[in-house]
Amino acid sequence: MSAVALRRPSSLPKPIEWIRTNLFSSATNTLLTLLALYLLWKFLPPFVNWAFIDAIWQAPNSKACREAGNGACWAFIAEKHRFILFGTYPFEDHWRPGVSILLFLSLYAISSMRRFWTPWLALAWLVGLALIGILMWGGVFGLRYVENERWGGLVLTLILATFGIVFAFPLSILLALGRRSEMPVVRAACVVYIELIRGVPLISLLFMASVMMPLFLPSGVTVDKLLRAQVALILFAAAYLAEVVRGGLQAIPRGQYEAAEAMGLSFAKRTALVILPQALKISIPPLVNTFIGLFKDTSLVVIIGLFDLLLALKTALNEPAWTGIGVEAYLFASLVYFVFCYAMSQYSQRLERDLVRGPAARALKDT
Amino acid sequence: MTDASRPAPQDTMIDILGVNKWFGDFHALKNVSLSVAKGEKIVVCGPSGSGKSTMIRLINRLERHESGRIMVDGIEVADDVKAIEAIRREVGMVFQNFNLFPHLTVLENLMLAPVWVRKTPKKEAEETARQLLARVRIPEQADKYPGQLSGGQQQRVAIARALAMRPKVMLFDEPTSALDPEMIKEVLDVMIELAEEGMTMVVVTHEMGFARTVADCIVFMDQGEIVETGAPKEFFAAPKTDRAKLFLSQILGH
Repeated sequence: MSAVALRRPSSLPKPIEWIRTNLFSSATNTLLTLLALYLLWKFLPPFVNWAFIDAIWQAPNSKACREAGNGACWAFIAEKHRFILFGTYPFEDHWRPGVSILLFLSLYAISSMRRFWTPWLALAWLVGLALIGILMWGGVFGLRYVENERWGGLVLTLILATFGIVFAFPLSILLALGRRSEMPVVRAACVVYIELIRGVPLISLLFMASVMMPLFLPSGVTVDKLLRAQVALILFAAAYLAEVVRGGLQAIPRGQYEAAEAMGLSFAKRTALVILPQALKISIPPLVNTFIGLFKDTSLVVIIGLFDLLLALKTALNEPAWTGIGVEAYLFASLVYFVFCYAMSQYSQRLERDLVRGPAARALKDT
Repeated sequence: MTDASRPAPQDTMIDILGVNKWFGDFHALKNVSLSVAKGEKIVVCGPSGSGKSTMIRLINRLERHESGRIMVDGIEVADDVKAIEAIRREVGMVFQNFNLFPHLTVLENLMLAPVWVRKTPKKEAEETARQLLARVRIPEQADKYPGQLSGGQQQRVAIARALAMRPKVMLFDEPTSALDPEMIKEVLDVMIELAEEGMTMVVVTHEMGFARTVADCIVFMDQGEIVETGAPKEFFAAPKTDRAKLFLSQILGH
């Protein structure tokens, strides 16, 4: 094979060539580029001024903030950060949810590194989640018991989202397999479950979990509000994820199933060793899409009075000392959500690059 | 088929008796009977849609027969999942489209079934896998992914993968039909070697050269029936039925 690389000859230096081909290649493109530049010039400098240059970083209340200048009042966040992070958790025990957040972040971090992908990782998660439970609840090892009515803020959001994904994902795989089962009863049950849950808004599920479920339980038996909301989130996410997984399963060629069968692998082994690794790999983009959706959907628990990140912010805003800081508060909340969701998206893109090797993907298409 | 041509029961590896198969309203196999002795090599040929593939797919239960009886190595092919898995352990299969697992390396493809079905220790399975790759003449491809190999190489890996289970029977379902012409020979050579070593083989193929070289018996099928069986010499020189004559003239006539 000859190694002569054919490149389009060009007399212009690279950056200029790039600008020409990408920004000014036609009259319409030129017009759009100019329009975009105009809008940037019009809105970006004032925003930077407001958000950074003129911003007030320290003030005792919103009045002082507004008097000090026209910039954003980040003093609100600085003043209320503990409430935003930890909600109404007892103040002197804030280190406990603090450590829990760090534990969550470490679990996310080690899970994103391929060299930690061993059976030990599952154990790390088990231990990590158990530790978080002990830290948050207390009642053992000399930790004061804190009922989960008082949990709140970012840590609650992370709990809802993480436990939501950890439990909904395996459940969704079972549902997807069940929906493709040859056993009519199993298949029907899965179809009914998926269609029923998907056809109902999450808000109504949460309402049902918080208002209706206690009515059906025998008196004296109570399941706490957080657990009920968590279960509702898991059931909801699982129905959506199941359809994503089913899509992946359907994309696997029949020959793969047959080859695995012909080897004498049992159903469980065929599924775990041959089918799922391929099906989940091609489902990564829609899976992560649903994970991101679930992460943001946790904010809906405010309607049943759980103190997640968003409700903590809102409550802080309702204090007379901090009225009128809404824009800053919601910008901050958006930023927090964005950081987590963007991290997930980046992680999924890296995972795809790592896993879907060119030749492997091609072979999948060929067979 | 006459009873005289049937092998004695203890030497029978596969026994298909009066089997019928429908796909919806389509009668795919009509009262098919076939016996394969241990060590026997059978080539099944016939026009497309004649039921050849369906017949060999019944043997390891990739398809389910509606009536009749199939015995493989003394076990009946029926609804019992354990029995089916036992049969599949002893019956290797090679497909037209290779069906290698694209997410596993060549070596992992070969080790999967021995490790998970036969519970062979990993080290031993790897050793066997490397020996088999050497046998099909691609030891250097062990750590590649199937997608990086040519069609001929993939099919040889597929043969090695089936052999890794140390099967008693090998089924080949048009193993060279999806290959470019220049790769057919490398696959057939491996199959001929396998035949010479005494493997029991049932091969669906249009490669009549291969049939002449290795087959003990040619089975000619048409429209879901076994129309004619016979030794290759007689079958090619003097086919008894018009349908076989027509088929042979079509595939050999140029």
